[in-house]
Amino acid sequence: MAVLVIAEHDNASIKDATNKVVSAAKAMGGDVDVLVAGSNAGAAAAEAAKIEGVRKVLHADGATLAKQMAEPLEALIVPLMSGYDAVLFPASTTGKNAAPRVAAKLDVNQLSGVIGVESADTFVRPIYAGNAIVTVQDGQAKKVLTVQPTAFKAAGSGGSASVETIAAPGGPFKSAFVSEEMAKSDRPELTAAKRVVSGGRALGSSEEFHKVLDPLADKLGAAVGASRAAVDAGYAPNDYQVGQTGKVVAPELYVAIGISGAIQHLAGMKDSKVIVAINKDEEAPIFQVADYGLVGDYKTLVPELMDELTKAGV
Amino acid sequence: MKVLVPVKRVLDYNLKVRVKPDGSGVDLSNLKMSINPFCEIAIEEAVRMKEGGGGHAKDAATEVVAVSIGPEQAQETLRNALAIGADRGILVKADGDVEPLAVAKILKAVIEAEKPDLVILGKQAIDDDSNATGQMLAALLDWPQATFASKIVLHAGKATVTREVDGGLQTLDVELPAIVTTDLRLNEPRYASLPNIMKAKKKPIDVKTPADFGVDTSPRIKVLKTAEPAKRSGGIKVKSAAELVGKLKEAGVL
Repeated sequence: MAVLVIAEHDNASIKDATNKVVSAAKAMGGDVDVLVAGSNAGAAAAEAAKIEGVRKVLHADGATLAKQMAEPLEALIVPLMSGYDAVLFPASTTGKNAAPRVAAKLDVNQLSGVIGVESADTFVRPIYAGNAIVTVQDGQAKKVLTVQPTAFKAAGSGGSASVETIAAPGGPFKSAFVSEEMAKSDRPELTAAKRVVSGGRALGSSEEFHKVLDPLADKLGAAVGASRAAVDAGYAPNDYQVGQTGKVVAPELYVAIGISGAIQHLAGMKDSKVIVAINKDEEAPIFQVADYGLVGDYKTLVPELMDELTKAGV
Repeated sequence: MKVLVPVKRVLDYNLKVRVKPDGSGVDLSNLKMSINPFCEIAIEEAVRMKEGGGGHAKDAATEVVAVSIGPEQAQETLRNALAIGADRGILVKADGDVEPLAVAKILKAVIEAEKPDLVILGKQAIDDDSNATGQMLAALLDWPQATFASKIVLHAGKATVTREVDGGLQTLDVELPAIVTTDLRLNEPRYASLPNIMKAKKKPIDVKTPADFGVDTSPRIKVLKTAEPAKRSGGIKVKSAAELVGKLKEAGVL
């Protein structure tokens, strides 16, 4: 049994999601290789080689892979699959974009958003926005999975696998990268952050959202998230959205401010270790999942919380 | 330009999902079924390409064809798409769950017959949350794809699509014909007006079966059991910010 893990990286470094997907691959048993597909991604490949339990890193480098678009990834990965029984992608937008193309070319169905590995062919995944959990058996000759990284512990970084260079696909391809607009922030990335401070519609405006959440996030060294209601109302950018249709997070500490706790939102954060909710409606569903609930107006409670954190030396 | 939009009939998104007590699946009996919200956004975008609006020139699309793969009742889902403004429908009648790969194979055959210039799909169905059909279809056709679209701009022979990706937005050019899958913020679908609902009843729907396209829809994945998610037990209410900070210190998360 050999499993190929597709690395999540930005060419310069490996994202923690990769280590988590490696853990999922190891749970299937057998050898685990990691593919780093990128452009000038030597540093990322070297970092992948240090992930514990990895047999070998395949490093494909070329201009066609600079943005890890779906068509070149398909062209690269499908031929590699003659040597593997399964391929695991992180359930990131990059992984979700490319994995089904690989599955279709291999004539297999894909398992999406896997949150548990019971054996080499039995997996657990959520359906209906996490309102039901299915255990499925995949008896297909090749398995293609996208894996929800937050459901797995990250593999350590004490390994020393070899790095093998393989050719990047040449193209041409029928899609071309034009531009990107990435949110710039000194804060940790939402899905990788150890602490997350999230705001909801109760914040009332974009100015208020940032005025209340940004200082608290900075104090805690936290990423900032938002409910879908807050995003739809324009208080926070799209990529802040935590929930089934947005990002799934599982930090050590999740602080929900003015978030009522729609099922959609809970699906994206209920695996957090400790959940704190601040809401003036004591009947809000968020309190049913919160470890610590504070009922009251965020306008007075958040400044008090800031003061108490300062007193506590945070 | 001809636009084809596949649509799926799913449990209405406002309804609570109940797992059957014997763990054999989700209980759908006697519950309201609706068009998948992401598919509704796809139909809306295609119709705007025809009517003009949402940044599209009038008549950018000359015909909008809706396709559904599902039970007899998926006709209602197609009527819903026709009421928004699609011109005609194709129902591929199939009972039980049809997996994304089989759906993609049926759609490939429909596309080879219909020859659309653009196919717009929802990025995922809110029942099985696979987020796979559009990408699979693109691979089977060897077409380019732009998934998770929040903006589509049509040009001669290509489309410029802005995609919602982790960390921001990415813009791609795709040669037509192409596959585009919709994200939530592409548009806000209209409510179909009563006259349009009446008109939709007269629009044609072709009925086919997977066998007509030579596609085997038997499942590849075996569902062993369906369970409720683990309940997170609610914690305690604290009285003040000071007590909260104390608890967080105890829990070791500060």
